[in-house]
Amino acid sequence: MSLVDVTDLRVDFGTLRAVDGLSFRLEEGAALALVGESGSGKSTVASALLGLHRGTGARVEGTVEVAGTDVQRASDEELRRLRGGRAAMVFQDPLSSLDPYYAIGDQIAEVYRVHARVSRRAARARAVEVLDRVGIPDAVRRSRSRPHEFSGGMRQRALIAMALACEPRLLIADEPTTALDVTVQAQVLDLLHTLREETGMGLLLVTHDVGVAAESVDEVLVMRHGRAVEHGPVTAVLGAPSEPYTRDLLAAVPRVDASRAPSEVSGEVVLRATGLRREFGRGKRAFTAVDDVSLTLHRGETLGVVGESGSGKTTLGRMLVGLLEPTAGRIEPGGGVRPDVQMVFQDPVSSLNPRRSVGESIADPLRARGERDEGRIRERVRELLERVGLEAAHHDRYPHEFSGGQRQRVGIARALAADPRVIVCDEPVSALDVTTQAQVVALLGELQRELGLALVFVAHDLAVVRQVSDRVAVMRRGRIVESGPADQVYEDPQDPYTRQLLAAVPALDPELAARRRAARRELAIA
Amino acid sequence: MNGVPGFVLRRAVGAAVTLLVISVIVYVVFYATPGNVAQITCGPRCSPEQVHQVARQLNLDDPLFVRYGHFLQGLVAGQDYSTGTSVQHCSAPCLGLSYQSDQQVTQLILTKLPVSLSLVAGAMVIWLVLGVGTGVLSAWRRGRLSERVLTGITLAGTATPVFVIGLVLMIVVCGELQLLPFPQYVALGDDPEQWAWNLLLPWLSLALIEAAAFARLTRASMLETLAEDHIRTFRAYGVGERSIVGRHALRGAFAPVIALNANNVGSAIGGAVLTETLFGLPGVGQELVHAVNVVDLPVVVGMVLVIGFFVVLANAVADVLYAVADRRVVLT
Repeated sequence: MSLVDVTDLRVDFGTLRAVDGLSFRLEEGAALALVGESGSGKSTVASALLGLHRGTGARVEGTVEVAGTDVQRASDEELRRLRGGRAAMVFQDPLSSLDPYYAIGDQIAEVYRVHARVSRRAARARAVEVLDRVGIPDAVRRSRSRPHEFSGGMRQRALIAMALACEPRLLIADEPTTALDVTVQAQVLDLLHTLREETGMGLLLVTHDVGVAAESVDEVLVMRHGRAVEHGPVTAVLGAPSEPYTRDLLAAVPRVDASRAPSEVSGEVVLRATGLRREFGRGKRAFTAVDDVSLTLHRGETLGVVGESGSGKTTLGRMLVGLLEPTAGRIEPGGGVRPDVQMVFQDPVSSLNPRRSVGESIADPLRARGERDEGRIRERVRELLERVGLEAAHHDRYPHEFSGGQRQRVGIARALAADPRVIVCDEPVSALDVTTQAQVVALLGELQRELGLALVFVAHDLAVVRQVSDRVAVMRRGRIVESGPADQVYEDPQDPYTRQLLAAVPALDPELAARRRAARRELAIA
Repeated sequence: MNGVPGFVLRRAVGAAVTLLVISVIVYVVFYATPGNVAQITCGPRCSPEQVHQVARQLNLDDPLFVRYGHFLQGLVAGQDYSTGTSVQHCSAPCLGLSYQSDQQVTQLILTKLPVSLSLVAGAMVIWLVLGVGTGVLSAWRRGRLSERVLTGITLAGTATPVFVIGLVLMIVVCGELQLLPFPQYVALGDDPEQWAWNLLLPWLSLALIEAAAFARLTRASMLETLAEDHIRTFRAYGVGERSIVGRHALRGAFAPVIALNANNVGSAIGGAVLTETLFGLPGVGQELVHAVNVVDLPVVVGMVLVIGFFVVLANAVADVLYAVADRRVVLT
């Protein structure tokens, strides 16, 4: 009997069919990845495996068998024994997935006591044991910490520890590393790999990131619109995809090892920053977010600023735009002209006012510059909408009527409205699916060539940054540790931190991924 | 300075400044009040000469800042008052003498305050138990009949004026059923048992009004918490609904309940006038209303400062409880 056996699964939320006739099996100890873009139904499938749709109003049809339990027909009591006992789940956002009010050790112990008839003390000891197992240093003491006292990577380890507590036969991981930095992601994926080797548990990995799948599983199931597009061994699906959709998906994934055609960079300097420094807080709590950063930006070039969370890259971007005042250092326009720096933000949902039409949002910079002629404003906004690949008729629509990629186009139109010479893009594509991501990146490149814009592209994704940048600056703890032409930084990194970052990027080729994992292990031992 | 001592010090300084500002405002408002204070104090039958004498005795002819200066002096150093025939010494902190009764305001407060504190403390226990309990039940049984019944009862409680609830309670419990004597204030120190029995009805009528707000707040905060990701985690690990609601969701309701409670306690010390009047409890609120009616400035200032003090205190206690309930909160 298979560990997981799903036959003709259908899940409806009202009139929306999220999963449409999906069937697959997972054998004991095997690993399968459900890969797909947002809205493909992959997370809905993961929830269905534990019967989490029960009582939510979703309609589930078909049969789902997990570790010998018929999830559809099981009683609430049987379902509770399955959940966490034989099949455990790890979620995407490790901060919100733990109760902020209780100690981490207590939360693990509580879950353990649901499934094992043991005393509080024994459960607490078990919590410490599994925390130690997932590599939390000083587990006895740290088990008394609350989630906010843990870093993102440690929180995800704690969730994995919770999953391990009852020695489940199946681990379901729903985007387990999406909220994590790339080096931390590599550690968590390595941990999952090791645990699987040691315990022999099966893994069902849900991810949008093909690279993460390539690193972790034997089999891949590509999903789209709730159906299986392609299903097979990971080397076959990623190495020689037979379906056009899989090929498109793979083609859209930015490669960290692919060089990019250089843009036409003129020698004209549009922005020069020297010795930028920014502190937050005062006295003992003072914290230096950006420390002694200098950079020069030329007309028509893209400077990629790459770094992990907390590296100061966003603070730097905000200073360049003028949203933050530097504590020390200067930002000067090239050639004495006001540089007109605009910004494109990360989250296209929250960076647009939901109560105003997109046309009004785009017109904001025009009005801010003193334009009063309503006819001219409307004309210019229509022109901008068309310029970013939307329709002039979209003027009076509201943000919720657009998809994520379209909203980001609106954000770009708004940045263009003031005729800037420089645009700072802060993680402009990190909230988007890979295919949409590729389209937005292409649009930015087009605009740059046409208008001679200088772009500062701030991102955590090394592959995306390589795809768009002429020059790259790697930031860590507020400082630029390495900078230079993109090819040079990526092909021949000088700084050990840059090397560490590049080594952590998931490889699309499973064999390469395995070699890299072995290399990381050796690095860790040495 | 950091930590708890720093917090207490900062709050104490903040409270002192707040109370001084309140006293200035009360003085200015009363200075600007139309009508002849001396005439009102003396009574309607006083001759112009007597009124004049009263005005002089109470220093009503002095400019505002001189009178406020006297007030501050009394507060810090104490003061002697001549009451026509004798001299009364009022030791610091002296809030002055009542225009009406020549009684020291400090003394007056000490007799009224225990009544109000007794009323509010007991009512608070009842409104918390009743309100939070109802909230938890209705969050747990959300969408079912029992929830709707509970919500209906608490809503009816808020919608009914206190004198209706109080009168009905008195008529039924004390009049018809004769389970309790008609309430009469007995000091806690004199007879704790009689204190509680006599205050039971006032407690209930004050608490029934407040409980609905707590029930709704608890329910809303719990439902909000129930929609959060960490609840999904515990469901996915087979944790039972009772533990999820009673342990994880309830914890999320603590912070807003603490905040609302601080507000209610603060305002009920001086604001439970209706309850005090209805049950004949000689508390702060009743005295304040009376003092305002007869323009008895020292009493008004004294009462307002006492009420202000308890509002500030209640909020400081709430902040400490916040930090206890949620370790992410840092006291500053």
